[in-house]
Amino acid sequence: MISRNGAQIITHLLERQGIRIIPGIPGGANLPLYDALSQSSSIRHVLARHEQGAGFIAQGMARVSGLPAVCLATSGPGATNLLTAIADARLDSVPLICITGQVPLPMIGTDAFQEVDTYGLSVPITKHNFLVRSAAELLDVIPRAFRIAASGRPGPVLIDVPKDVQCQMAEFEAWPEPGRPADPPAFDLVDIERAAASINAARRPVLYLGGGVIYSGAGRLATSLAEKASIPATMTLMGLGALPVDHPRAMGMLGMHAARYTNLVLEECDLLIAAGVRFDDRATGKVEAFCPSADIIHIDIDASELGKIKPAHVGIVGDVGKVLEALLPKVETRRRSEWLTFVAGLKEQHALPTSTADDLRTPYGLISRAARLLDEEAIIATDVGQHQMWTAQAYPFRRPRQWLTSGGLGTMGFGIPAAIGASLIRPERKVVCFSGDGSLMMNIQELATAVEQNVNIKIILMNNHSLGLVHQQQELFYGNRIYASVYQSQVDFVKIAQGFGMKAYDLAVSSDPAATLARALGCDGPCLIHAPIDGSESVYPMVPPGAANKNMIGGEAHGYTCA
Amino acid sequence: MATLAPEMQETQQDTNHRPNIGGNRHTVIELTVNNHPGVMSHVCGLFSRRAFNVEGILCMPMDEGRLSRMWLLVHEDQRLDQMTKQVSKLEDVLDVRHSGADHEVFVKLEEFFGSGRIA
Repeated sequence: MISRNGAQIITHLLERQGIRIIPGIPGGANLPLYDALSQSSSIRHVLARHEQGAGFIAQGMARVSGLPAVCLATSGPGATNLLTAIADARLDSVPLICITGQVPLPMIGTDAFQEVDTYGLSVPITKHNFLVRSAAELLDVIPRAFRIAASGRPGPVLIDVPKDVQCQMAEFEAWPEPGRPADPPAFDLVDIERAAASINAARRPVLYLGGGVIYSGAGRLATSLAEKASIPATMTLMGLGALPVDHPRAMGMLGMHAARYTNLVLEECDLLIAAGVRFDDRATGKVEAFCPSADIIHIDIDASELGKIKPAHVGIVGDVGKVLEALLPKVETRRRSEWLTFVAGLKEQHALPTSTADDLRTPYGLISRAARLLDEEAIIATDVGQHQMWTAQAYPFRRPRQWLTSGGLGTMGFGIPAAIGASLIRPERKVVCFSGDGSLMMNIQELATAVEQNVNIKIILMNNHSLGLVHQQQELFYGNRIYASVYQSQVDFVKIAQGFGMKAYDLAVSSDPAATLARALGCDGPCLIHAPIDGSESVYPMVPPGAANKNMIGGEAHGYTCA
Repeated sequence: MATLAPEMQETQQDTNHRPNIGGNRHTVIELTVNNHPGVMSHVCGLFSRRAFNVEGILCMPMDEGRLSRMWLLVHEDQRLDQMTKQVSKLEDVLDVRHSGADHEVFVKLEEFFGSGRIA
């Protein structure tokens, strides 16, 4: 007979799941759990400075490894602070396990100190959630939580554990098996035949690859399909890295900030092969006008994505990798020279105007110089805003899971903690976080965590003293009435970083910014690189929100104009 | 993950036979769910946050209280298929079936309310 309290059960089950690093913050209602964790020899706790930071550190770990990561918070404000990171994980399908402390069972519903309805608050933003009512229940709940988080379309699971349940003793015969992902759904070979026939018959097909391709490890298979059948491929923000950027069939990102030619190619396609995507409005623009003359093959592991936004002519519910594996041998080798010549012609005329790319004071210049100083091993994280879109457009992504960004929720403040998490789980790799001054200040406290953990992250701060993307929208769509989007006080980010004990480099005062950037990216441990950006820089092309993708503003290859 | 019952794969023809109560076409979604506090909020929350109105709702324990049966009276709507897929994804939903708005449970409930009409 094994006898343990709830906190010890959680700790040991996490050890058995292979969890080695847990970010979190202790507080009154999870102290028994922290006491049990202190006795674990295999789990290292990483003390975040804000629970949202802990949530995004865990997300960084999960996004890079593809495995569920765990974070901890106490009841009340600890739990509410986690919510943004959970909602973010839900929209980007990240396997995250959040374990929160709760007031003791008899006090639930009494408005006790630091009591909040964590279960109720987390219902709409988790894949599933639990309020645990006995220590013995944990033997079922913890493995199940891991199974749910990693099965099918991954997502966050929250486990709320009252303090008395953490202290309660339970006796049991044996430890349960760790929770593992369930087998992906079986698909019908008839649908594979139909999809193959459509592809073979198509004259102007396009592959539309999303985060599902990355998560199912299907980048190589998608590349093979593009090569064998000569199909140009576009990627969503979450799908970047599915095909290497310099692959002849790769067309980069689609949608709101795509290169002009990519959106124009989609206008012409007669078959859209959508894999691991959800037809997000930032990708499709006005849905009715998206790929107006195309039939659609939609492959996704989540049945509810099929037909949610756009009806599919062939819908296949399944793991993208498994489906592509079955599909590939049935797809005929084609050269499609007429179509590829047409695509090449559009690219020639309407490529992304990144050619000013050697000036480090411009966004593209800074990004491409950094890219040249890094290799394919480097992991690239971003915050949210203009810098994120410039990086998505211009950074040469060459492999899946190289790119960490908040896609669905678009959470400013994602970057630093996600980069810390990535570095914790892949300490041998360099992690670079492109950020902006607006985003950086939304989780700036995690600079302390980065220094304390001595993680190998380099933060490139594009500072334009404003909320750049808001500024840009006000300029373009609100009659240039710039309001509440420019910071009046100037923050000295170099001093701030140094105050946290972090090395800082300032490209503004450097006589040789390129050399300073090289030195900074080559240094050991965390550092901040301050890179001023002209406040008038905008992200082009831009499809106005709600407009069709063919209505792009700016971003002409010849003659860079502001609209 | 809930499995979709064959009853759900209905044709347009089937839906045309549905009674037209109160001027609106209704249908009944019948769910088998785990019986624990919170399941109701999972199901109702899903409908409300996707802006899909539930006209009537009834829930009774079954299988010695281990499970519950829920009946949802909803509008026949083009988003019904999407809602069915979404509700099937809930961990605590074990089975999803469709039946017409003339489902006995709501017909009898109508008598109880004495209004003689739903909606």
